[in-house]
Amino acid sequence: MITLAPPPPLRAAHHWRSVFVAAVCVLVAAVLPLLNVLTPENNPLHVSDFLITLVGKLTCYAIVAVAMDFVWGYAGILSLCHALFFALGGYAMGMHLMRVIGTEGMYRSALPDFMVFLDWKELPWYWHGFEHFGFALFMALFVPGCVAFVFGFFAFRSRISGVYFSIVTQAVTYAAMLLFFRNATGFGGNNGLTDFKRILGFPLREPSTRAALCAITGLTLAATFVLCRAVIASRAGRVLTAMRDAEAKVRFSGYDPVSYKLFAWTLSAVLCGLAGALYVPQVGIVNPSEMQPSSSVEIAIWVAVGGRGTLAGALLGAFVVNSAKSWLTVEFPTAWLYVLGTLFVVVTLVLPGGLLQALAGLGRVRGLVARTATAQTSSPPPATAAPAEEPRT
Amino acid sequence: MTALLEVDKVTVSFDGFKALDQLTLTLEPGELRCIVGPNGAGKTTLMDIITGKTRPDAGTVRFGGRDITRLAEHEIARLGIGRKFQRPTVFPGHTVFENLELTTQGGKGVFRALVARLSRDERESIERTLELIGLAQDSGRLAGLLAHGQKQWLEIGMLLVQRPKLLLVDEPVAGMTQQEIERTEKILASLAGEHTVVVVEHDMDFVRSIASTVTVLHEGRVLAEGPMRDVQSDPRVIEVYLGA
Repeated sequence: MITLAPPPPLRAAHHWRSVFVAAVCVLVAAVLPLLNVLTPENNPLHVSDFLITLVGKLTCYAIVAVAMDFVWGYAGILSLCHALFFALGGYAMGMHLMRVIGTEGMYRSALPDFMVFLDWKELPWYWHGFEHFGFALFMALFVPGCVAFVFGFFAFRSRISGVYFSIVTQAVTYAAMLLFFRNATGFGGNNGLTDFKRILGFPLREPSTRAALCAITGLTLAATFVLCRAVIASRAGRVLTAMRDAEAKVRFSGYDPVSYKLFAWTLSAVLCGLAGALYVPQVGIVNPSEMQPSSSVEIAIWVAVGGRGTLAGALLGAFVVNSAKSWLTVEFPTAWLYVLGTLFVVVTLVLPGGLLQALAGLGRVRGLVARTATAQTSSPPPATAAPAEEPRT
Repeated sequence: MTALLEVDKVTVSFDGFKALDQLTLTLEPGELRCIVGPNGAGKTTLMDIITGKTRPDAGTVRFGGRDITRLAEHEIARLGIGRKFQRPTVFPGHTVFENLELTTQGGKGVFRALVARLSRDERESIERTLELIGLAQDSGRLAGLLAHGQKQWLEIGMLLVQRPKLLLVDEPVAGMTQQEIERTEKILASLAGEHTVVVVEHDMDFVRSIASTVTVLHEGRVLAEGPMRDVQSDPRVIEVYLGA
């Protein structure tokens, strides 16, 4: 089990930082799409359609990272199946987008193309209802939540924790991937669902639709961040963290760990489902490879690289790692995995607090330099200098 | 007066080894009881049985007349049995104040905890406890950074705000300096009367200084029970324990 230092408890500074992070998300979510839609292409301020799609995608990943950090960093539950929850949300939205194509598919049939190809005559029962957007969105949250709840109930009740829990989650996502690969399961087999046309009547090819989706995703990220922060700041959040550090003591204090873990775990899965539902219309495809065990491991890497147990770090990690990935996989396709591996090793060894810790360290060094300078010019030094943050044990 | 806790003919075995053998023990409200015995006598197993960590193979445990033999740990804790572990167990990532807040008596459900706020009474009770355990100055420090003895007191403080009817304390002075031991004696003495306290301890001087009644365990059974003076002169006790 990867054990990192417990993060310092919540203080006023964290509240301001979370307000700041949420505000930045909202601002970016508003400004980038507006620049894309309102400025002509030759304007230096113009944001390209490519960048909008990329930012939208990365923002979806950031939602997943925040959800992951919530349950890993604060509740100590390392999930290796968060990509499954993400994919389930994506599939729910994908099914809706397939259904609203109508008869414009390759085969001009009311059925999705892959069903015609498999020579199916009618829609399987579990595809009913997905023609309604509201239902599909509900299912994008409900299905991952349900899967997480049922799995979590049995796992937490049997007191499976630590690496054992992680390994079981990895098996779950692998099993789900094999299930979705089958044509007979009815989700398009290894091709998955693709060739979407419209969402709520807006053509998905239109840059304005893309810009709107990007903006909605940004707002969702801000909301996710604020929600997770609010839970962590509540007494329930402190119980979760206490459980991470001393579960037996929590139990003997009268708290039922199963209900707390289930709550955090299910909430995290639902947020991943929401991210998946936002992701699929923007990238235009969902297939079982999303459920690969390695995808879930990558999510854990984003969080570890950014800084576990900080939320803001997870968000940062998701953007940094994925920006690097989208650049490197184009420029140096073979080098990417080496870079990712090296990054993870370096962070684990020398930066247990992740990039956020490095940034905070830089800030502190600058603060120290400034304070020394003041002390030299105007002695005696101010007695009320801000105390250094508690050292992490 | 009815007994607060009745342990009735409890037997527990691990792989054929009988950790507790038909053990029977009764505690009256307000009592301060010491449980002593050589290693492997079943002291910690008894604690585990009472708090629900281990299930007995046979026998029942009643608390305030209610059968608690099959309840889960957190349910037993909510009924009013608190436990202090042998090693100091606090929440290292939380401040001293937050440690006390988390153990304060009250709703322990997840949805109540999401909106829970400390009432004025609760806050005052926490502050009084901080004074009692001598950590008022450290209320904002991370519990993980406290010294060993301070952690022990913090854990006792956490049990105090939990307001248990019955308090089980496992080796409270192990690894403490003489000064720390004296302070712990004071804290425990101040509890007796208001709470029923059971102390498991190896340190005989400590037991002598605090106990009214002593129960000696040996090989999973009660060997002797009574005031310290009588127990000390019991030849069987001298043979298995004190004489060693």
